[in-house]
Amino acid sequence: MNDRKYIIAGLVIFIAIFTFPFWYNLGKASPGPDIKLTEKAKAAKQCVMPTGYMRAEHMHLLDIWRHAVVRNSDRTFVNASGKEFTMSLSNTCLDCHSNKAEFCDKCHDYASVRPYCFDCHIDNPKEKK
Amino acid sequence: MESSRRHFLTIAGLAALGLGAKPVLNALASGSAGEFTGGVDAFKLKPNDKALKAKQWAMVIDTRKIKQASDLEPMIAACNKIHNIPTFEDKRHEIKWIWEDEYHNVFPTAENKFLNDRVEHIPFLVLCNHCENPPCVRACPTKATFKREVDGIVMMDFHRCIGCRFCMAACPYGSRSFNFTDPRPFIKEVNKEFPTRMKGVVEKCDFCAERIDVGQLPACVEASNGILTFGDLYDPKSNVRELLKSNFTIRRKQSLGTEPCVYYIV
Repeated sequence: MNDRKYIIAGLVIFIAIFTFPFWYNLGKASPGPDIKLTEKAKAAKQCVMPTGYMRAEHMHLLDIWRHAVVRNSDRTFVNASGKEFTMSLSNTCLDCHSNKAEFCDKCHDYASVRPYCFDCHIDNPKEKK
Repeated sequence: MESSRRHFLTIAGLAALGLGAKPVLNALASGSAGEFTGGVDAFKLKPNDKALKAKQWAMVIDTRKIKQASDLEPMIAACNKIHNIPTFEDKRHEIKWIWEDEYHNVFPTAENKFLNDRVEHIPFLVLCNHCENPPCVRACPTKATFKREVDGIVMMDFHRCIGCRFCMAACPYGSRSFNFTDPRPFIKEVNKEFPTRMKGVVEKCDFCAERIDVGQLPACVEASNGILTFGDLYDPKSNVRELLKSNFTIRRKQSLGTEPCVYYIV
């Protein structure tokens, strides 16, 4: 029982150290990436699926597309509102989002993910050099 | 009084701790739980309406119409161009989807000592045979190469290929090539609608599956000037079957039992 003050003092110090990074960074969170949409993407208003879904799950959707196209030879995607799209990263996604550096890369860099899609898929089909 | 003050201080201390921990918990909690829920499965996948259909695609090559190498050039060039095939100076790195070879290399099991003059001197067009019983598919440990159920095309899923090259060893026709280096810098003219490949994957002719699926004939057939005929092997009225009925044809290394689907009229 006589050690109580040491234990409490130790606990307080432990919690102070453990929570230090959160206190230190409080209110200083780096702002999210500033993503630019192309005029074409703006005009379309909605992507192939709702924006929230695309933002969180586009990689999952791309995986579904890849499987459908390569393995089942299904090449047309019909979304909930009945609109049809050709499933193609280079020819459909990047046709609208033709600004890969300001759209794809911005977020990928922020989240520190390095997708290797563009090792093979041509990253800017409409780019004129 | 003593004990109740002590009690009060204990509670106050715990409350301070709890408040102190809140931002920590908030920060830990914000990592999970995505914003989006619902509507995830509200889509359909279907083939393109214009897609060509067959039970098993096959090709007939009429070698009687081939006189010299220049007759084959447009077909090979058309394929190389639309599929982003790199050109390597070093033969060991060569990537081949469709190419030409001599009779005795193409038909080593059907070679006579004294050959017909024409057959001995004309170039033969060779490509993946899209076998009905493909040994490459059986060898692939990741199912990166597979036989498409809808139309029998032996396809490559480049995403899945781990570059083990078992398929290359298994293919008796040498139809497969391996990317020893990144092919991108060696592509003369990039077709931006078709992906390139990366270092460490195997590739081969895919019978232009990407064109068939949107209602076009393979690029080589389109450029062949009548030398190549493409159609359904199991449709008795197809152009391919008509040709097979009226002409004597041979196939490469037929005795291996792979059932190649490229037929040669000699």
